[in-house]
Amino acid sequence: MINKEVSNVQKALFGITDHMTLMLGGFGLSGIPENAISELVRLGVKNLTCISNNAGVDDFGLGLLLQKKQIKKMISSYVGENDEFERQMLSGELEVELIPQGTLAERCKAAQGGFPAFYTPAGYGTEVAEGKETREFEGKMYVLEHAFKSDFSFVKAWKGDVAGNLIFKGTSRNFNPCMCGASKITVAEVEELVPAGTLDPNQIHIPGIFVQRIFQGTHYEKRIEQRTVRQKV
Amino acid sequence: MLDKIGIAKRLAKELKDGYYVNLGIGIPTLVANYVPEGIAVEFQSENGVLGMGPFPFEGEEDADVINAGKQTITTLAGASFFDSALSFSMIRGKHVHLTILGAMEVAENGDIANWKIPGKMVKGMGGAMDLVASAENIIVAMMHTNKNGESKLLKRCTLPLTGVGCIKKIVTNLAVLEVTSNGFKLLEKAPGVSVDDIKKATEGTLLVEGDIPEIVF
Repeated sequence: MINKEVSNVQKALFGITDHMTLMLGGFGLSGIPENAISELVRLGVKNLTCISNNAGVDDFGLGLLLQKKQIKKMISSYVGENDEFERQMLSGELEVELIPQGTLAERCKAAQGGFPAFYTPAGYGTEVAEGKETREFEGKMYVLEHAFKSDFSFVKAWKGDVAGNLIFKGTSRNFNPCMCGASKITVAEVEELVPAGTLDPNQIHIPGIFVQRIFQGTHYEKRIEQRTVRQKV
Repeated sequence: MLDKIGIAKRLAKELKDGYYVNLGIGIPTLVANYVPEGIAVEFQSENGVLGMGPFPFEGEEDADVINAGKQTITTLAGASFFDSALSFSMIRGKHVHLTILGAMEVAENGDIANWKIPGKMVKGMGGAMDLVASAENIIVAMMHTNKNGESKLLKRCTLPLTGVGCIKKIVTNLAVLEVTSNGFKLLEKAPGVSVDDIKKATEGTLLVEGDIPEIVF
C-alpha cells in the first residue's frame, strides 16, 4: 500500500505558488474543498486561474478568494449568486471564461485520461465556438475542445483511506471525481479518513492512483445555498 | 392566459411512460408536480442525480443532496448519483428523452438564447448548451413576452445564442407552438386568448391553419 496521507492542510498545499492553475471540485457550495480554500486564503497566493463550475457566493467558497483578489481568471459554466464576482468581472479586474458545463467536465476528464482534445456538439454556432476548430460527423457539427492543463486539483470526498481511495456522497460528487488525476498534483480532503483495508474495494469511486495527497478535513460547514422544504400535511 | 402553474400542467402532458427527463430552473422545475397518473418517468438533474423526488420536509435537508438549482431535494426508490462527466454523457449521448428549459428568446429557425445579456447580465450557460446541442426533444417553457411587453418569439434572436436550430416546441402563457421550416406553427391557444392576441405577441412568422383548439390539461 502506498500511503498518501498528509497530517494537515498546510502540508497538503505544499508547493502552491502565485500564477498557478487550480481545479476545484463542487457544484454551487455542495462538495467544495472547504479546507483547501481556507488555506489558500491564509497563504495569500495570488494571480490564480481557477477551474471550477461555480465561483461560490460572496462570503463562502471561492467567493473568499475573490474577496482577497487572489483570482486572476475563472473558468466556469455558471457564476450567478455572487455580487463581488460580477463587480470584478464588469470592471475588468477579473478575467472570466464561461464554457458549457458538460465541456468543463469533459476537459477535466480528458486531462485525467490522456486525451489532448475531443469533439463536442455543445456550443456549436455560439460565441463559445468562436476561433475553435469545427468538424462535421454524420451530418452534425462539433467543436474541438482541449484538455485542461493545471497544477493542482483540490477535491472533497465523503470518505477516503490513506491509500487515497475515495468515496463520494450524494450530489456532492459532481466534478470532484473528474478532477482527480487531472492536474500535476491532486489533493483530496475527506470528512472521514480511515486506515487502508477499511473501505470495500467494490465501493470505491476513485482509486488512489489519481490522488497524491489525502488529509482529514475539519470544521465542515457544508452550507446550503437554496434551502427548499415542503410542509408536512 | 396561463400562469406558471398552468404552463407546467400543460408541459406535463408531454411526459410519456418510460421517459428520463431533464427539467431546467424556473417554470420547468414545476412540471415534476404534475406527472400524469399511471406513467413512470425519472427526473435527471445535471449536477448528478437521476430519480429526483420532492423537496425534503423541514429538518430533513441534506447539503449533499441538491438539484441543479442548488435547492435541497430528496430521491425516490431507484435513484442514483453520478459525477458531472457521466451526467453529460447521459445528455450528449441522447439517453435523456426530453429536456424542458426556459429561454429569453426563441427564433423561428429554432435558435435559442438564454444565457447572457451583453453588458447587463452574465451568469453563464451552465448545462444549457450541452442540453440544446444534443437532445432531440427540447421544449421551451417561457412567457410569450418579456417584462417590457416585447415578443420573445422572434424572426432571429438578438441575444448571444445558446444553440442553433434546436428548439422544436414552445409552451408559453398564451399558446403552444411548433417550430417548422416556415415559422412558428400555432398548435393550441390558452383559455381566454384569441389568435389575434397571439399574433400581436409574436414577432416571428406565425402560421395559423384552421381552427386552433384551446389548451386542456
